[in-house]
Amino acid sequence: MFESTWRQHFEARLAAATVYLGAFLIAGVFVWIVGGLLESGISKLSFSFLTESPSDAGRAGGIFSIIVSTMLILMVCGLAAVPLGVATALMLAEFQSRNVWFDGFVRRSLDLLAGVPSVVFGLFGQAFFAKTLGLGFSILTGGLTLACMVLPILVRSIEVGMRGVPVDYRLGAAALGLTRVGALRRVVFPAAAPAVAMGMVLGLARATAETAALIFTSGYVDRLPESLLDSGRALSVHIYDLTMNVPGGSENAAASALVLLLMLLAMNGLAFFLGKHGLGRGVVSS
Amino acid sequence: MFPSRSNDRLLWILRGSAAISGIVVLFILLYLVLGAWPALRNLGLSRFFFDEGWHPTEDVYNLSPMLLGTLAVSFGAVALATPLGIGAAVFCNSYAPAPVASLYRGMIALMAGIPSVIYGFWGLVTFVPLVARFVPHGQNLFAGCVILALMILPTIALIADASIARASKEYQQSSAALGLDRWRTLRRVVIPAAGSGITAGIFLAAARAIGETMAVIMVTGNVVRVPDELFQPTRTLTANIALEMAYAMGDHRSALFVSGLALFVMTLVLTIVAQFFGKVRSHV
Amino acid sequence: MPHLCSRDFIRPLLLLVLAFAVSACSRSGSEERRTLVLTGSSTVAPLASEIGKRFESLHPGVRIDVQTGGSSRGINDARQGLAGLGMVSRALGEKEKDLKAYTVARDGVALIVHGDNPINSLSDTEVVSIYQGKIGNWKTVGGMDAAITVVNKAEGRSTLELFLHYFKMKNSEVRPHVVIGDNEQGIKTVSTTKNAIAYVSIGAAEYAVTHGLPIKLLPIAGIPATLATVAEGTFPISRPLNFVSLSEPKGLAKEFIDFARSEAVHDIVRSQYFVPITEQ
Repeated sequence: MFESTWRQHFEARLAAATVYLGAFLIAGVFVWIVGGLLESGISKLSFSFLTESPSDAGRAGGIFSIIVSTMLILMVCGLAAVPLGVATALMLAEFQSRNVWFDGFVRRSLDLLAGVPSVVFGLFGQAFFAKTLGLGFSILTGGLTLACMVLPILVRSIEVGMRGVPVDYRLGAAALGLTRVGALRRVVFPAAAPAVAMGMVLGLARATAETAALIFTSGYVDRLPESLLDSGRALSVHIYDLTMNVPGGSENAAASALVLLLMLLAMNGLAFFLGKHGLGRGVVSS
Repeated sequence: MFPSRSNDRLLWILRGSAAISGIVVLFILLYLVLGAWPALRNLGLSRFFFDEGWHPTEDVYNLSPMLLGTLAVSFGAVALATPLGIGAAVFCNSYAPAPVASLYRGMIALMAGIPSVIYGFWGLVTFVPLVARFVPHGQNLFAGCVILALMILPTIALIADASIARASKEYQQSSAALGLDRWRTLRRVVIPAAGSGITAGIFLAAARAIGETMAVIMVTGNVVRVPDELFQPTRTLTANIALEMAYAMGDHRSALFVSGLALFVMTLVLTIVAQFFGKVRSHV
Repeated sequence: MPHLCSRDFIRPLLLLVLAFAVSACSRSGSEERRTLVLTGSSTVAPLASEIGKRFESLHPGVRIDVQTGGSSRGINDARQGLAGLGMVSRALGEKEKDLKAYTVARDGVALIVHGDNPINSLSDTEVVSIYQGKIGNWKTVGGMDAAITVVNKAEGRSTLELFLHYFKMKNSEVRPHVVIGDNEQGIKTVSTTKNAIAYVSIGAAEYAVTHGLPIKLLPIAGIPATLATVAEGTFPISRPLNFVSLSEPKGLAKEFIDFARSEAVHDIVRSQYFVPITEQ
């Protein structure tokens, strides 16, 4: 247990150096990638880029209609996946011992779902939501498909967050005569809030970045959608089409990717704010 | 432990939601099997392992090189991303000053959101030419591992970060009281305590690696070939689906659903292994 | 903030149901609005989309929805009646004679190499040897001393079929180092790989050259690979871009086909780097 202090010191130094090196490496690659996007996309980025609709197959014009479609798809995805995910995570984290078989089934299903490739989600969404349910190529189809896709991430990270709430809190709540619902609402959930927020961001970020599943479901139409049953092109699909299918689309693709990153930044900021000042306030001060 | 007045209603709502969450994957499985059935019936399972190669238009359907390709790329990516991801989480929790840590977390969360096309594009125009300076063909297994590692790194880092944060909150003070320094606290106390969370994150990331498509297509070269060398091209099952689905008909299309089913089975195995690990850990 | 009682799970669900209802209403309300759905080839999709926009501006109340997914999907959807028209980036095969094809533009397939490659032409037999792996170094065909990176297309792509057909090869004979999907991926691969050779749509390649990307189009059988030679009909590897339909098109579909084949869209066809049909 007690090695020489020199060795302890050396080991600690080495560890610190390795950690710093790794952290810088990751940051370096991030700056490299984003720097490349800035270099080729920043000149195209302007207010009118956000307010005009695309023309000439996306080489000219802006991305207004595409931002609207993306937001609507994310909204549908969030409305379907977040309540379902929170409820499922609650069930798994708080009521786990009631029915072992059922718990095991849900957990295993979700683990499997996490591994289904996005292409397969696309094919499934097209067959089930678009054809069987008759929603066609639409924002609704795309959003619901994404909801299936982000569900495991959502459940897993929320569950981890809830399990992390020390058992003392629950005992304390029980001692105070709170009901289980009351304890969840007043104690467990607020304490788990940062993890829940993180899970939502992780899930929605994955949804925002998704391409393969959306090409088959919400489709390719770059016009402004008039209802949730219209086909609408998501930002990531637009980026994909411009880089891989439209000659000369690279600059607008880079500019669109920058917009996507800004959207994610805003979402992260919101989650951070919620985690710090909203949900988590009152019970745990950190 | 609690008075159980409103428990029942809540429990049923939660059960219902959980049931829906659980059923989704069965739906997808059903659809995959329906799609794969014609090929399995017409060709038989063994041809997907023993045919001479993968040329569906010439009626040969060997999937096994792509099965190995998927395994190789995913394994390499996880091996690269795990130390980096945990390192990033440790950096945020124990080394970086608070403002730097929160900036860094923001950056990692952003990395999680960069679309795979962008990683693939960067890989194709920046990283692959770099690799090609040292070996004849830049689009290869190695490039695939690196790009995929970048993509799954945020998943590992964010989940490890949350687990480590929780563990250090619980144990930091007591280990400080024992006089352990920062590194020994981490190594002896915090990281073991966060182990199960970190393991969960790694398996989630591995599943994502197996399922990733768009970035892999742009950097691995996509030649159907058993991945026996690091600097030779290979093709993954996902790339196979995405490259050919748009143009496939009849048995070819159905054979691509068999690719999807094969991916599904791989995840199933991974999940079982993950559960085994979880059990072993909790007994130690 | 979420209170965890049933009301709060129901609220979003209610919203979702409401959204369903609203969209359903707006759909039933718009039935007098005429919509034509086209699905299929990703090569044709940007062109069809731009033609559709002009058609919409000339015919208020009409919507042209374009979805991609590949030529096979165009054929499947047209057969099953899922789409008003399918888009197919090749001539129809023997097994597809149940469909009617309407050519809206033409395109060619050209060999490309990196701009710094000193090679300016390859004979057909040299191309075959390179693609079969019998020639593995540019030195053999008079170039620099470097291993050739052979870029092939994925199974089932129409450019692959055209290429194999012209050079009389089977895909199982090809020994590629990189397999790609769309044309842009081929162009990006060659422009960043000094020793690569690939074949892509001439339109996409010409666009890349005029916008300064370091690639070079090689002539085939001595005929330069340009949109002009495709338009003249002299370039040996070319393909029609088709709209297909199961039955004789009527109404909106017929109007749209006629419009897409008319001179009114020639500027759009050229701006998407294809060859308008009446020129040949």
